[in-house]
Amino acid sequence: MSYELSEEHREFRHSVRDFAEAEIAPYAAEWDRKHHFPVETVQKMGKLGLFGLTAPEQYGGAGGDFTSLCVAIEEISRVDQSMGITLEAAVGLGINPILTYGTDEQKQTWLPDLVAGRALAGFGLTEPESGSDAGATKTRAVLDGDEWVIDGAKQFITNSGSTITSLVTVTARTGERADGRPEISTIIVPAGTPGFVAEAQYDKLGWHASDTHPLSFAGCRVPKDNLLGERGRGFAQFLATLDDGRVAIGAVALGCIKACLEMSIQYAGERKTFGVPIGQKQGVAFQISDLKVMADAAELLVYRAAALKDNGAPYQEFKQAAAVAKLYASESAVTATRIATQVFGGYGFMEEYPVTRFYRDAKILEIGEGTSEVQRMLIARGLGLPVE
Amino acid sequence: MKIVVCAKFVPDATADRRFRSEDNTVDRAGVDGLLSELDEYAVEAALTVKENGDAEVTVLTVGPEQAADAVKKGLQMGADAGVHVIDDAIHGSDAVATSLILAKALSKLEADLVVFGMGSTDGGMGVVPAMVAERLGLPAVTLGSEVTVDGTTVKIRRDGDLASDTVEGTLPLVLSVSDQANEPRYPSFKGIMAAKKKPVETWSLADLELSGDQVGQAAAWTEVVEVTARPPRTAGTIVADEDGSGAAQLVEFLSTNKFL
Repeated sequence: MSYELSEEHREFRHSVRDFAEAEIAPYAAEWDRKHHFPVETVQKMGKLGLFGLTAPEQYGGAGGDFTSLCVAIEEISRVDQSMGITLEAAVGLGINPILTYGTDEQKQTWLPDLVAGRALAGFGLTEPESGSDAGATKTRAVLDGDEWVIDGAKQFITNSGSTITSLVTVTARTGERADGRPEISTIIVPAGTPGFVAEAQYDKLGWHASDTHPLSFAGCRVPKDNLLGERGRGFAQFLATLDDGRVAIGAVALGCIKACLEMSIQYAGERKTFGVPIGQKQGVAFQISDLKVMADAAELLVYRAAALKDNGAPYQEFKQAAAVAKLYASESAVTATRIATQVFGGYGFMEEYPVTRFYRDAKILEIGEGTSEVQRMLIARGLGLPVE
Repeated sequence: MKIVVCAKFVPDATADRRFRSEDNTVDRAGVDGLLSELDEYAVEAALTVKENGDAEVTVLTVGPEQAADAVKKGLQMGADAGVHVIDDAIHGSDAVATSLILAKALSKLEADLVVFGMGSTDGGMGVVPAMVAERLGLPAVTLGSEVTVDGTTVKIRRDGDLASDTVEGTLPLVLSVSDQANEPRYPSFKGIMAAKKKPVETWSLADLELSGDQVGQAAAWTEVVEVTARPPRTAGTIVADEDGSGAAQLVEFLSTNKFL
């Protein structure tokens, strides 16, 4: 199998890069400083068709492949991870669950606006006391006549409280299974439903321009038909949702690594110490060589995983490749930002250069959508090891 | 309605640009090229007209082999068809010869509305739209900063330094738009995929009933005699306000350089 991007993918990369350089890069530092979520820019990304890349044409999508989405996420993340994660989450966590598990009516109701980038959806899974162990979910939904009554809290939910957020999907306990374990289901909660509140934005280390909120539900009532997919299948649905997300996070990380490489090459050529460019010093040049290796390796892993998905590879093979890509790319991104800030020396600590923002933004890549530890666990299991 | 956008393939302004030493023409072969950014506004204007009514948009370019990329970009943005006029004899053509080739092609395409950008980002005089209009015997409304097409009426706002004019014309006509006219769209993935299936015709001079001696460098009315590289940037002037004369010195500098 070849992981070379097609001519169309390369041309699309060019178009997204032009967009990112003109519409995002000049403003990213200011959005970061002001913790501002730029709705207008998100909608411009929508006009470019980024949110609908993988959605079918009947909902306004491009019917494109997963690789094209990874290309877009990588290019946006190369200039701004906040907007990269906004796109990644909007598609992977917002659109995909509805596209995959929604009824025709749910799709007709919600997808056209989400696909066009006129609206965003959040995916409420994580709770104060549960993350990847979704079985520990405390949020509860009780059927009362024709309505679900939801009580509980979610946290770290991306795209959940913006002015264009149209809904969040939440996982909740809807009963107990025969074996005593909780029955988890997924329910669509439209924005503005009484009892549902997106609390004030988090004060985060990075990703300042991404919209992330804690959510609270108190006696929140939605129609019975807002159940997404099968009752009791919420856990399985969320696991499948996260596999794609891992590759996409890998694409965010890849954009970050490439940005570190490019910024470091440029700075090492311009900045002089002792009368010569610092790139002449092996101590600097060799570190930049390492960045190149990380960029190439991450690129191969991310696009291998994407190609496996696009070519319909066996699920276990894709799942393993997704975990490998996410783990390597995200840990390399953190290392790459550490190297790049070191190349920049004192300026690497000043907000004057974007490299500082990349340093703050990278850390979450090792945590979100499955920590590095979870990825290692998945990989070990995939190898047949009896790991816990 | 049949709309034809005249688009030029130019060397990328962000890369190294140079002239060919043998004939002082812009080197288009050995450099990265693209659809002139100023022509993206023309494509966008045409696509906007199409979205508001029934129209077919064709992108027309004259240039060497790589100029096909300019047509492709127009198709990726949403144009319906492309025409690429290519012929070795065209090399070195000036504005007069270019307008002859374009006019012939536009007649053949039976264009109702011809759209140009405001000029070229490489060797350019900003005169081709008017020359083409003259050759076709059509009215020209040029340098529109705002364009409205209503039925067969085209209305533009043309912004001068001190005042704005509104100019109106009736189709068929030649229109040129400024870089204030709109925000050109970026090609979407859907557009890139769709462009592969759109028809592009390649025409030679013979297809336009033109002969090689009517165009090219030998037939040019203008000649580039000499090419000189831009001098390197010099250090700026620093005004030190030591005796209170700083403001006067600044005024002096600005007025000497005609900024005031």
